[in-house]
Amino acid sequence: METRPNHAQETIVDDAYMPPSLSPWRETWRLLRQNSMALIGLVIFMFFFGIALTGMLLTSGDAPILDPAQIRLQEKLRPPLARPNLETLQPAEVPELGIYLLGTDDLGRDVFARMLQGAWVSLTVGFVAVAIAVAIGIFLGGLSGYYGQEYIQVIQIVMVLIAGVALWLAATHAWPGAVFLAIGGAAGWLLYRRYAGGSKKSATPDALRWLSRPIMSVDTLIMRLVDIMLCFPSFFLILTVVALLPPSLYNIMVVIGLTSWMGTTRFVRAEFLSLREQDFVAAARALGISDMRIIFRHIMPNAVAPVLVSATLGIASAMLTEAGLSFLGFGVPPPHATWGNILSDGKDFIFDAPWLTFAPGIVILVVVLAFNLFGEGLRDILNPKLRKRT
Amino acid sequence: MLSFLGRSVIQKTITLFFVSVVSFLIIHLAPGEPSQIDPLNPKFTPEIVERMRKEFHLDRPLHIQYLLFYRDLFTGKTVSWRDNLPVLGKIWDRFLNSLPLFIVGTLLTWTFSFPVGIRSAIQRDGPYDKSMTFLAYLLISIPGFFFAYILIILVVTELHVPVIGMESFGVTSESKIVQIMDRIWHLVLPSFLGATGGIAVLSRYVRSQMLEIIGQDYVRTARAKGLAPERVYYHHALRNALLPFVTMFGLILPGLIGGSVIIESIFSWPGMGRMAYEAILARDYPVILTLNFITAVLVLLGTLISDLLYMLVDPRIRL
Amino acid sequence: MSQDDTPVLSVEDLRVHFHGDGPVSLAVDGIDITIHRRETVCIVGESGCGKTITALTIMGLLPQPPGKIAGGRIFFKGQSLLDLPEEALRKLRGRHIAMIFQEPMSSLNPVFTIGNQINEAILAHETLSEDEALQRTLQLLQDVGIPDPQKRRHAYPHQLSGGQRQRAMIAMALACGPDLIIADEPTTALDVTVQAQILKLLQGLQQKRQMAIQYITHDLGVVAAIADRVYVMYAGLIVEQGTTSHIFSSPRHPYTRALLDSLPGKEKRGQRLYSIPGNVPHPAYKPTGCPFHPRCQHRQPKCARFFPTLCDYGEGHRARCPILYESEGTVGGRCEWKNL
Repeated sequence: METRPNHAQETIVDDAYMPPSLSPWRETWRLLRQNSMALIGLVIFMFFFGIALTGMLLTSGDAPILDPAQIRLQEKLRPPLARPNLETLQPAEVPELGIYLLGTDDLGRDVFARMLQGAWVSLTVGFVAVAIAVAIGIFLGGLSGYYGQEYIQVIQIVMVLIAGVALWLAATHAWPGAVFLAIGGAAGWLLYRRYAGGSKKSATPDALRWLSRPIMSVDTLIMRLVDIMLCFPSFFLILTVVALLPPSLYNIMVVIGLTSWMGTTRFVRAEFLSLREQDFVAAARALGISDMRIIFRHIMPNAVAPVLVSATLGIASAMLTEAGLSFLGFGVPPPHATWGNILSDGKDFIFDAPWLTFAPGIVILVVVLAFNLFGEGLRDILNPKLRKRT
Repeated sequence: MLSFLGRSVIQKTITLFFVSVVSFLIIHLAPGEPSQIDPLNPKFTPEIVERMRKEFHLDRPLHIQYLLFYRDLFTGKTVSWRDNLPVLGKIWDRFLNSLPLFIVGTLLTWTFSFPVGIRSAIQRDGPYDKSMTFLAYLLISIPGFFFAYILIILVVTELHVPVIGMESFGVTSESKIVQIMDRIWHLVLPSFLGATGGIAVLSRYVRSQMLEIIGQDYVRTARAKGLAPERVYYHHALRNALLPFVTMFGLILPGLIGGSVIIESIFSWPGMGRMAYEAILARDYPVILTLNFITAVLVLLGTLISDLLYMLVDPRIRL
Repeated sequence: MSQDDTPVLSVEDLRVHFHGDGPVSLAVDGIDITIHRRETVCIVGESGCGKTITALTIMGLLPQPPGKIAGGRIFFKGQSLLDLPEEALRKLRGRHIAMIFQEPMSSLNPVFTIGNQINEAILAHETLSEDEALQRTLQLLQDVGIPDPQKRRHAYPHQLSGGQRQRAMIAMALACGPDLIIADEPTTALDVTVQAQILKLLQGLQQKRQMAIQYITHDLGVVAAIADRVYVMYAGLIVEQGTTSHIFSSPRHPYTRALLDSLPGKEKRGQRLYSIPGNVPHPAYKPTGCPFHPRCQHRQPKCARFFPTLCDYGEGHRARCPILYESEGTVGGRCEWKNL
């Protein structure tokens, strides 16, 4: 019998007898299907998104199908599922559905219509605020993680200060000073570049050398900034700023966004720090690939997962913050209906008309819960430790 | 050790300086001055507005205002714009009111979170864990004030007892014991409410921390030694799982101010959170800034304490 | 002295499965192992072939779920371990069977001193006074060659070198004078020189204390140095077993031969070192028939269709390859193909 090594047979497929490899997205989907809580969260979120979208279509425009602003004082505080009293209503005031699904409020407005309108507003607040926070977080975190070791020189601080003061003067309409500073600053910068700085260190005159002395690293600067921001109790800070600014939907979104980027910054930085030490980044750098390409093609995709998780959870928390602000009277101003202000308006009638409290309360609860469940589920799913099959 | 302490005190002082600058700028760059808050109010005659501006140095340049404000703060001379009372004294009174709420809430949070989180981790994916997980998410997701109203409805309609404020009206004429009982009763609901959110978040964190540790090699070693499960979990695993919570312990200090705005408003509790809220409503800048400054000090103190505690409990860290 | 004949450990047809999503992983697929008193038995194989799972199952430390003991029996001195309640098993662990793990750094609790951890192992099973336990701890530290035990017992794991940590682990395993020590690649994470010291230490201790050692490794050099008998494991199966001299001088399984071929040696100087093509199959996606056939140099079409049984070469030397048995078969014994 043939016993010598049979060289003709020696080709062996490496992937044989291994689990089939799935693309990252397929793998994520596979894990998601097993995580029932996350899946429920996702389904509720999709459903809510659809509601918010249709709600916006139904309640906006000049003659909305469901008019959230229609006041019918004779129909105030009707319970849910009540039929409108057609005799006392003008034809134009009759609700399109012929029924008050969720009752009416103290001004006789249809709570269902207001909830529909509020859905879109709440969603916008959540998404825009988180988008701002995530954008800042990725930018600063990436900067700190990737370029953290670069040093900031005295001259750069001086220039930033000059620019800041110039802007400040411009903002207070002190034009001559602003113009003078801007021109002086630009001239100074050009002179500095001409005679100092540059590559030839020896050419720098001694008198100017202190200008190019490094002060602190980019990383230190950004992390100290995070520390400073974390010193403010966030809800108190948001409250203060919102109270000082004129009431508007945009201010609230921007303020929530501007005060909640610290977490994202921290872990994007951590992610970048660990990723930039990985071999594939070193390999990319050895191939002479530009920094930008390394950041966006090689590092970013790996850092997306945690950002996604924190964004999902951030939306939930932004919606709760908006509700809290509305409750304290600093929320989105009328005529916008938001779940938060429906709820806080309803608190005065909590014993007479509990639906005014419970309808928005329960809806906020369910939607925020959905976001939280989905976010936490996503965190589990994207956890590399769980992604390995046993 | 000492050099670490020195370095971090210096670093934190610098941070504090920037915090004071930033909060000062936020307040003062926002449109609207306190003196113009209500131009229609007949009490605000131009003379009075002018006097106020003088008195509070509002006519001076911004950086001078900044220096003057913090000079006053450190010498304890800052007064509220609303009633001319010293800010520090006001805050101290409110602080004493907030303190029982904070202490009871914190105790509730820390005593309940750990057993719940540890049990969830040990019985991972069991019925207890699943229901606690869901409950925790429910409590995290419910708007605090909505939850408060549900509780108030329950208590008021079922038990017919007042829950608003720190004490019942007219209770001061009753005996000492009744007064104390009344105080405690009023404390129950707000502190419970303050604790639920905390328990939900903290117990989740305890659970994930425990799970992480239970998967470690040294826990397997402990079991291989034939130790009883209790000893494996509560001695070997818990001791390691507790390390990060030492850090958190320092960070509960700032909760004294920030965490209680909504709860104190609902229950008309005259504490610090409500004070902050009222100050914001009235644009009482000295109070807002002082509260802010105190919070920042508390945060920085908290991080310093947690760093020191961490060094104490983790033998791997020696500076 | 009939008790002397009872093996310290005997594993019979043990099967351990892992249930995840997708197909079931057959991590251990019916293995038999016997270890007698004062014997050092090595289990050799590439990583992922089920060695550690076997060890954990014997210790009763298999994480269940996802693991599941799907069949077989384990006897420790004649006592069936799989039938014991957890509490009784726990009392056995550490006292009669002890385990040494691969990574001394992560296997020692970072927040307790090593003295503390050894002490704990003693007091878990024996009622001793604090002072007696301390004396035992110091003696153990001395035995495993940690200098200045009085001082070193206050050291935390991170304050020790890798070799010393592993010595501390060994001291912990020896704490109650076990009959069997399962050592799971205890020297893999160590420098070569330290490795030799630890092996020497283990051998010395074994002779002094008359215990059996089940030594798990992928390093044939270690096997040659310490083993009395060897089990070669591949894809959850024992593919060859025998005395150390059998295995090294007349290997009867292509996998064992391939492993030996991939060792560097004096006589092979200047030649290209052999490496086994391909990878160990994933336990849920094993090839049909002989699990080694895709990588085997001697394979024949029927290897994929029939499951090979152990072929007996006498003196306890068995190999799971009828092809080699037929071609090189010696007298005696028997061997057959088992239908799928």
